[in-house]
Amino acid sequence: MKRTTLWVALGLASSFGTAQAVEVKYMLWDANQLPAYQQCATDFQAKNPDITIKITQAGWNDYWTAITTGFVSGTAPDVFTNHLAKYPEFAKNEQLVDLAPMIARDKLDAGAYEAGLYEVWGRDGKQYGLPKDWDTIAFIVNMDMAKQAGVSLDDLNNMDWNPKDGGSFEKVVRKLSVDEAGNNATSDKFDKSKVKTFGFQTPGGGGMMGQTEWSYFAVSDGWKFHDKVWDNNYYYDDPKLVETISYLAGLPDKGISAPYEQTKSLGPDAMFVGGKVAMIPQGSWMISYFKDNAKFPTAWVPLPKGPSGKRATMFNGLADSIWVGSKVQDQAWQWVKYLGSADCQSVVAAKGVVFPAIKGMADKAMATQKAAGVDSSAFITMSKEQTFLAPIGDNGSQVDDIIKTAFESIYIGKADAAATLKDANANAKVNELGK
Amino acid sequence: MSESSRWLAALWRPFSQTRRAETFTAYALILPALIGFSLFYALPTIRALELSFTDWNMMRPPKFIGFDNYVKLWHDGRFWNGMKLSLYYVLLNIPLQTAIGLFLAVAMDRLTRSIFVRSVVLLPYLLSNVLVALIWLWMLDPLLGVVNHLITSLGLDRQAFLGSPNQALATVAGINIWRHMGLVAMLFLAGLQNIPRNLYEAAMVEGATEWQMFRHITLPLLRPVMVFVLVTSVTGSFQIFDTIAVTTAGGPQDSTNVIVYYIITNAFSFNKMGYASAMSMVLAAVMVLYTLIQMRVMRASDSDLA
Repeated sequence: MKRTTLWVALGLASSFGTAQAVEVKYMLWDANQLPAYQQCATDFQAKNPDITIKITQAGWNDYWTAITTGFVSGTAPDVFTNHLAKYPEFAKNEQLVDLAPMIARDKLDAGAYEAGLYEVWGRDGKQYGLPKDWDTIAFIVNMDMAKQAGVSLDDLNNMDWNPKDGGSFEKVVRKLSVDEAGNNATSDKFDKSKVKTFGFQTPGGGGMMGQTEWSYFAVSDGWKFHDKVWDNNYYYDDPKLVETISYLAGLPDKGISAPYEQTKSLGPDAMFVGGKVAMIPQGSWMISYFKDNAKFPTAWVPLPKGPSGKRATMFNGLADSIWVGSKVQDQAWQWVKYLGSADCQSVVAAKGVVFPAIKGMADKAMATQKAAGVDSSAFITMSKEQTFLAPIGDNGSQVDDIIKTAFESIYIGKADAAATLKDANANAKVNELGK
Repeated sequence: MSESSRWLAALWRPFSQTRRAETFTAYALILPALIGFSLFYALPTIRALELSFTDWNMMRPPKFIGFDNYVKLWHDGRFWNGMKLSLYYVLLNIPLQTAIGLFLAVAMDRLTRSIFVRSVVLLPYLLSNVLVALIWLWMLDPLLGVVNHLITSLGLDRQAFLGSPNQALATVAGINIWRHMGLVAMLFLAGLQNIPRNLYEAAMVEGATEWQMFRHITLPLLRPVMVFVLVTSVTGSFQIFDTIAVTTAGGPQDSTNVIVYYIITNAFSFNKMGYASAMSMVLAAVMVLYTLIQMRVMRASDSDLA
């Protein structure tokens, strides 16, 4: 339906456009964001009648295959939405246009974006993308279950966590875990072999980022990925991460999370919507998914405070990049600049699908979500706590694969966390990976 | 003189006018398939062979590195793990699939001529691979799926299926047995209907049992069909990919990281197109070797009816 609308819109736009209009091909993966950016394209074309924007959307996996094979065949889009896990390799292989000279020429203010969002897209004075949005992580809670368990929104908003006894976070999770006889996990009568609803479910291993899986627990315990971006000396073998992962891997043994092998297929999102788990972590890009799919009252609550005394969340953002092979780089830059401008970002904010990168715009997105009945303030709260950036380094896809397999060994294979992570970290550092 | 040299000799034998005309027609009929084969199989294979001697990440020009990729795969534990898993998969998949297919074919041949029954048997094969994989992914989900609902309501333990390193590969095999058994049954059924009925009549007159007839008439006379089924299903099964991409993505713990999945990961996720091409070449060589052996052992071109 969305696609049809898009094609009709494009058809109209092109038939009204002038014959000499230059076409800029743009690609993105998130179907939820398509309507907002289509609106931006329409507005942009009205101001720039000599440029036509052709938007294509493809699912995550097909998207990256299309981009890389497009580099070879010469059919890659002129402008595309880029991801922190993917861009380092593109940059290293000189597939992305350095935007720094154009940014300097047009006097764009990098300070207009939320802190850190601009910097992560640069290396050695070059700039490979212009920020467009940001996201943080929070917990979503089934409030019917919370009410039955006697857990208040106040309890949920003020949780703390530690890897020894789990803190008040684990107490809440125990109350939310209920067996078939109706006992919760704070009771001695709780039968962990017959759990009806689990209290909490992480999506399990995750790769090198652990964005929704474990990174926020580990960082709130004082851990970090590496000393600085582009540093391939990771700390995946650090005792802080080992204790965090051991704690998380032990949750199913207490009957308060489902065993990882049982949640791997469809994941916590389906479990949550299906009423099998009371609380799960997710990113702000999923707000509208749960609004549309959860058939019960829900609340987004901030992540628990860790032993560091702070809540921590990955602060991640997407950006738009220009492909070096583009034959219309000037027009492509006009479009990228527009995507990163207040004009387009206020349109994105008004749709309320993601939080725009420009400072202050997030409140507008929150207002839209509020009007639709969702309180998304937990994500804003998280953005003001301890935020950290995704690990960025070379050979990301291989490091990701190594760490993912290591976590699966710990979660499913019950392998020793310290030894497994020590090996994985050593493998992730290997310089041979790129060869 | 071997079969192939006889065939070559036949090719060069001077033809009569009519033979020439026939030959022309034959080539004309083969041509469309030949064009498709050259364009979509032969050329890409030659190109992949070329790439297998290079280091190519698709973003920079390929760099010639001789046999380095082949040396590397020889020492790559995950490559051999992939080969081993693909072999396990074939062993899990083919015997049961062939047996069930044969049983269904014999049953249909003996009991019914109903088009409806045949359609139902063939139905799973008519669904797309991805769709079948998705249906089973949901049905087999440990917490939300209907299969575990049945298992637990019988008082048995919940099974992880696709989430368990011990069960995942067998589960994928089960899904594909379900999907393919109908096709195998149809192929066998076609073969069965070529067997002259008078052989069975003669056997019955002699007092043969149902099993004896199956063992000494049906099975030997089905051999050409059996070869076709085995060659195509084993090579297809060794190259299992789609179901795994949808249901397990090679996990958990590499337990379903079969060779083709590993090749694709290297090509499109790690951007190591040269290395992936080298692995594909080794896989292709293994498959060709298997097919030759299979044809030889089963004497595929001979029919006992001729």
